[in-house]
Amino acid sequence: MTASPPETVLRVEDLKVHFPITSGVIVRRQVGTVKAVDGVSFAVGRGETLGLVGESGCGKSTTGLAVLRMLDITSGKVEFEGEDISSYDRARMRPIRRKMQMVYQDPYGSLNPRMKVADIVGEPLVVHGMADDQDKYRARVAELLKMVGLLPDMAERYPHEFSGGQRQRIGIARALALEPKLLICDEPVSALDVSIQAQVVNLFMELQERLDLTYIFIAHDLSVVRHISDRIAVMYLGRIVEVATRDQLYKNPLHPYTQALLAAVPIADPELEAARGQQIISGEIPSAMRPPPGCRFHTRCPQAMEVCKSVDPPMRTLADGRAVACHLHGA
Amino acid sequence: MTQPLLSVRNLSTRFRTERGTVRAVDSVSFDVAAGETLAIVGESGSGKSVTALSILRLIPDPPGRIEEGEILFDGQDLLKLDDAGIRAIRGNRIAMIFQEPMSSLNPALTVGMQVGEPINLHRRSPWAAALDKAAELLGKVRIPDGKSRLNSYPHQYSGGMRQRVMIAMALACQPQLIIADEPTTALDVTVQAQILALLKELTREANSAMILITHDLGVVARYADRVAVMYGGRIVETATARELYKSPRHPYTQGLMASVPRLDGDTERPLVPIDGQPPDLATLPPGCAFAPRCRQATERCHNERPPLVESAPHHFSACFFHDRLAA
Repeated sequence: MTASPPETVLRVEDLKVHFPITSGVIVRRQVGTVKAVDGVSFAVGRGETLGLVGESGCGKSTTGLAVLRMLDITSGKVEFEGEDISSYDRARMRPIRRKMQMVYQDPYGSLNPRMKVADIVGEPLVVHGMADDQDKYRARVAELLKMVGLLPDMAERYPHEFSGGQRQRIGIARALALEPKLLICDEPVSALDVSIQAQVVNLFMELQERLDLTYIFIAHDLSVVRHISDRIAVMYLGRIVEVATRDQLYKNPLHPYTQALLAAVPIADPELEAARGQQIISGEIPSAMRPPPGCRFHTRCPQAMEVCKSVDPPMRTLADGRAVACHLHGA
Repeated sequence: MTQPLLSVRNLSTRFRTERGTVRAVDSVSFDVAAGETLAIVGESGSGKSVTALSILRLIPDPPGRIEEGEILFDGQDLLKLDDAGIRAIRGNRIAMIFQEPMSSLNPALTVGMQVGEPINLHRRSPWAAALDKAAELLGKVRIPDGKSRLNSYPHQYSGGMRQRVMIAMALACQPQLIIADEPTTALDVTVQAQILALLKELTREANSAMILITHDLGVVARYADRVAVMYGGRIVETATARELYKSPRHPYTQGLMASVPRLDGDTERPLVPIDGQPPDLATLPPGCAFAPRCRQATERCHNERPPLVESAPHHFSACFFHDRLAA
């Protein structure tokens, strides 16, 4: 793996999350397995932002949920602040959850429409028994709203009175209520209008600086990920195919899938676009029920070799610290 | 200048809602030349989709209504046609591609029936011939084994393949104009690139013009010849794509460009967001719709609506200060 910075907050080793597919009404039997996450390893250092990118179905959101233990882990290890939490039950996860929080994609679906903003933001405090002193509780809610750029008097309103960007701020305030160390942000700006995205991206960056937060930033928009991340892991069909620092990855992508992803993103400059050679890869992401043998990307890879069809390339760490799983690189 | 293929003049479309009349499209004018790709860019609620639907008279009435304007297509005003007249144009000379291929395809009909339908309907081909042509079209949009896949249903196709089917349907009668409303927003980035490249290639081959509706400035830069930027139901700026990106002359366009991170941007420079929220169309200010969010707005901007004026050759901007804003 990539040499992680000092003080690792989160370490994930060979994480697998498989979902059984069952059929039958009375007698249910398993007819297959979706290998949503199939052997993922990475580490995140304190104060760092790790971007997790890939197309839909690559397992990036499942990875995020599994790290929070909101999904059952099939195998592998999740270590948070040096503590192996992979086998913790609900009760033992409770104190850990205070330190790891999630920001969701949909600012419409993730806020209860019948709750006032104050109750939404304060609910984690209530759940964790930190709301006994009413004055302190109210002050904390007001402080949280201020922190995300909302006015304290908005606390008495309901979610439908807010715009998408403001709702996402409410979601962020709720995630920050328990003073977490790690925030897992799952596509937090993709549902927002373009002119609003920058406001929220900037807020994430300010909060990170002020509160010394560590982020896992899950997104499909490679331009946004580049802007906010220190390091980036690229996922394809349940695996990480490349992990590198931002500059390494965007200036010199090594894995053919990373190259294809970057080439597919149009840049807002017509002259540059006209000059840019367009190598568009064909095909779509295969089913996670039956991933291709060998390298999972070989069916779409423009540089696929004979060996790629049968041998699964291991993740190799290169001299410059980045890691890539491709037969073209390494041994 | 030769006569444009499509010429929209002072188009206004309104919707009656419980909160009053909403001007979704407010006196919009633009031209599309034969074979040209015009991108209409804007955020949700800017009126870009309603503009597209108005051209094909697909606005549900009530609550919507095209209040005024002209839509001259090949010299003929589409707003003056009767139902049979507009039906003869839809899917024939002007075709539309929607964002959500799953909800725009009929789940109960085979793909072959749906791709063949416009050929059967508009070209009066017997079904056997229409299906042969449909198979050929599926090949054209690179759906392998088109003939046998005619009998499949939409749910048996992936998202990208469904959008290919939509393109095949749109191309069936070799339309002079294709209106594509966010055709790839629901798709992954590598599939988006495939679909847009295919659409561009096939429209070029057939010399069809295209109106590409999108919110993605990168997609515009890659595929459009000309751009119209919409805000609050109005066009605020229009120019060739190169000119618009090189020297935007409306504060909203400038704001958009500064607020969107680019794949080749300077990562040390913070994004400059546009303050505030997109406007509520039910309560638009009397002046410039962007004035409440504009850092350069003056008293005049709040009270008086700036007209769309030619600020540089073929470059129009609806801002009182377009000269000062030129880069």
